[in-house]
Amino acid sequence: MTDFVEALATRAADEGLLDVAYATLDSPVGELVVAATDRGLVRIGLPGEPLDSVLSQLADGVSPRVLSYPRRLDEARRELDQYFAGRREHFELAVDWRLSHPGFYRRVLRETAKVPFGEMITYGQAAKRAGSPRAFRAAGTALGANPVPIVVPCHRVVRTGGDIGNYGGGPEMKRFLLELENAL
Amino acid sequence: MDQCLPPFQVFLEDHLDPVRAFLRGMVGPTDADDCLQETFIAALRAYPRAHAGNLRAWVFTIARRKAIDHQRSRSRRAQPVADVEPLVDRANSAAPADAAGVGMSPRHSEIWAAVAELPPGQRAAVVLRFAVDLRYRDVGEALGTSEEGARRNVHEGLKKLRRSAAELKEMTT
Repeated sequence: MTDFVEALATRAADEGLLDVAYATLDSPVGELVVAATDRGLVRIGLPGEPLDSVLSQLADGVSPRVLSYPRRLDEARRELDQYFAGRREHFELAVDWRLSHPGFYRRVLRETAKVPFGEMITYGQAAKRAGSPRAFRAAGTALGANPVPIVVPCHRVVRTGGDIGNYGGGPEMKRFLLELENAL
Repeated sequence: MDQCLPPFQVFLEDHLDPVRAFLRGMVGPTDADDCLQETFIAALRAYPRAHAGNLRAWVFTIARRKAIDHQRSRSRRAQPVADVEPLVDRANSAAPADAAGVGMSPRHSEIWAAVAELPPGQRAAVVLRFAVDLRYRDVGEALGTSEEGARRNVHEGLKKLRRSAAELKEMTT
């Protein structure tokens, strides 16, 4: 099974038929799913998101040609490993934004991607940077739908007044990531 | 609106074993894996245009076409098609080595060789019914025939296999 799928995915990639490659990755927060297109990293599934639903989202939102092909994720996995080991503060991965809504939502995510390691901003500040200072609730929604958490560090966006706020992988994971970055 | 297509990986995991069983019956265990890759590459190429409701019949149709292509190219390389004797010989002599590779007894390999002698339509129907364990309706769907047509093909195929089995028995006793 595995050998066959690997050989098939390799040939599919060579022939330009592999639109979305994915792999799983063990991390201190649990198993992550990472997926990439030829444009870049398109999706990170946090623990608690079933693999099937991540794959279905990719099939519906990008292309049904989704195959397990870890080789295309080597660089992403390496950088994520380094991040969790405390040896990387900045990701150099290209991001494919296709799974985020164009417009305000995507602007919020792009602005969030610029927040440096170990720093935090509020939902209001994220909204302001994206061009709509009063849309802090919509900014929260945009961040909640972040297709590439961790690499686009939505965990660095918190509530005004000290509460760290919600997170797709649960508030404990958000706290873990902020502590990893010595932000708290 | 069409149903959403499942991710190809899920489609592959659902159909890999039955398609492999089908191709083993169609072209034998040695060549099955080549045909298997050809089948799923062709499926991947056409996948975005596939109909989500009928993926099983769709993939068997591709597999059958790949098996037929494979046999054509093999007979072009080897002997004139009309001359069946060398095919029989090769099937018999190659079978024990092949068979060992996939854990089959010599008896199985003889059945295999007999199945390989069936006309393609009957062979496909017999293999889908007994190696892949499809119902007649699904055999028909996969082969583009009616349920009745599938039943008839299986029936004719089995009749020939029984004859071969009887001959085998005579030869060995």
